[in-house]
Amino acid sequence: MELADIIIKFVLVVIIFAISLLIALYSTYAERKVAAFFQDRLGPNRAGPWGILQPFADGGKMFLKEEIIPASASKFLFIAGPSLSIFTACIGSAVIPWGQKLVIAGHTIDLQVTDINVGILYILGVVSLGVYGVMIGGWASNNKYSLLGAIRAASQNISYEISMGLAIIALLLVTGTLSLRQIAEQQHGFWAHGWFTWNFFKQPLGFLLFIVCAFAETNRTPFDLPECETELIGGYHTEYSSMKLGFYLFSEYINMFVSGAVMATLYFGGYNFPFMDMIHSPNLVAILGVVALFAKVFFFIFFFMWVRWTIPRFRYDQLMDLGWKALIPLAIANIVITGIVITFLNR
Amino acid sequence: MEALSNKRKVMEAKPLTFLERIYLPAIFQGLAITMRHFFRKPVTIQYPEQTREYSENFRGLHSLKRDENGKERCTACGLCALSCPAEAITMTAAERQKGEEHLYREEKYAAVYEINMLRCIFCGLCEEACPKEAIYLDGPHVTSDYLRKDFIYGKDKLVEAPLNQ
Repeated sequence: MELADIIIKFVLVVIIFAISLLIALYSTYAERKVAAFFQDRLGPNRAGPWGILQPFADGGKMFLKEEIIPASASKFLFIAGPSLSIFTACIGSAVIPWGQKLVIAGHTIDLQVTDINVGILYILGVVSLGVYGVMIGGWASNNKYSLLGAIRAASQNISYEISMGLAIIALLLVTGTLSLRQIAEQQHGFWAHGWFTWNFFKQPLGFLLFIVCAFAETNRTPFDLPECETELIGGYHTEYSSMKLGFYLFSEYINMFVSGAVMATLYFGGYNFPFMDMIHSPNLVAILGVVALFAKVFFFIFFFMWVRWTIPRFRYDQLMDLGWKALIPLAIANIVITGIVITFLNR
Repeated sequence: MEALSNKRKVMEAKPLTFLERIYLPAIFQGLAITMRHFFRKPVTIQYPEQTREYSENFRGLHSLKRDENGKERCTACGLCALSCPAEAITMTAAERQKGEEHLYREEKYAAVYEINMLRCIFCGLCEEACPKEAIYLDGPHVTSDYLRKDFIYGKDKLVEAPLNQ
């Protein structure tokens, strides 16, 4: 690898990191604004025009709040919890292909930090790691509500990861590859060979399963039982204050961003958009592709919020029922049906 | 037990149908409802800049009225304090001296007139009790403050501004 390539990769990593943080920052603002609009209100509008400086005010407040570590808490783990949480949230975006290759002054810039051939497995691994942050934080707080929240988070994530994995297996039957770059390339354009290219149209049930599991994995309503305020005060982050609490909340929004990007890449064509072959400049296509991907991601983030302000929380036994008795059988049926259809189509 | 009215409706718990059990139709219905609200005009009134219109019979801050010549109407008879169910009104009467005829309409006036706005329930009974039409609850809201003592409004805050100003 040349020095220039290393620099380009480094710059790309920094840009993606900055964008994730910025989007997480503004997701907090968007959440409040969207919630307000859904409830016929205006939302924050005092800090700057339309309140766009509100997240900075909130962030500044988070930094300046008193940092409290409970006397009976395990100090090392108490700090490790939110750190791990935000770390795992941030590394998920490493394998996502943000666009086609850019060619600038003879240099080919790959708009993806790393194209490992087991990209989906990496995502699944990172998602599974994410629960450790919540678990450790809830355990280290030495508070029964935190512990209950952490236990709920762990069991919920384990239950829903299974159906998420099964939904992805059905997708793998269609794509035949684990590399996210190749999956995105296969969905080139919008229409080819008499059918849509996007995987959503080949795996509608799989997408439904995946999005339900994504809601559960990011601990968003209707599956936000780990932080269920009505029963558990704040759930796993009951004892947290100042920026450590901020990290937990932040990682939730980064998770939303990353899972939106994963869903867009796996099922909604990633950086591909309709009629992309009509544009002849490859660089323009690449840039528009990035814009298209971000539009899809923003839609998913909006959808997460839309659902949050529509649906009430599941009861815990309903959550488990849905995960084990509905989603997993459906996912297995989806694999069988996909296998049969593929066998027939290939004959 | 006999029903009090014939409006009783017997409810029976029906098992959920298949469509209800898969949640999705209900969820999409809910999403449609929230989306309709998303584009609805917000009902927020941005308070310091915009204020809501008060109704015609709104009872707000009290004002002690003056007559057409700018003299204070209150004669410190104490009927308002007597009628007040919250016991918010206290006053001290004084006799009008020579040379004060342009200030007070009758021989007796209230030297001190205080209403505790934390006690006042804005019922308007003082207004009704007053035989001199001296007190009306026609002001705005009582504003917030930091100390309890600052909620005891004296004549400086209650009496109407003089006419010639």
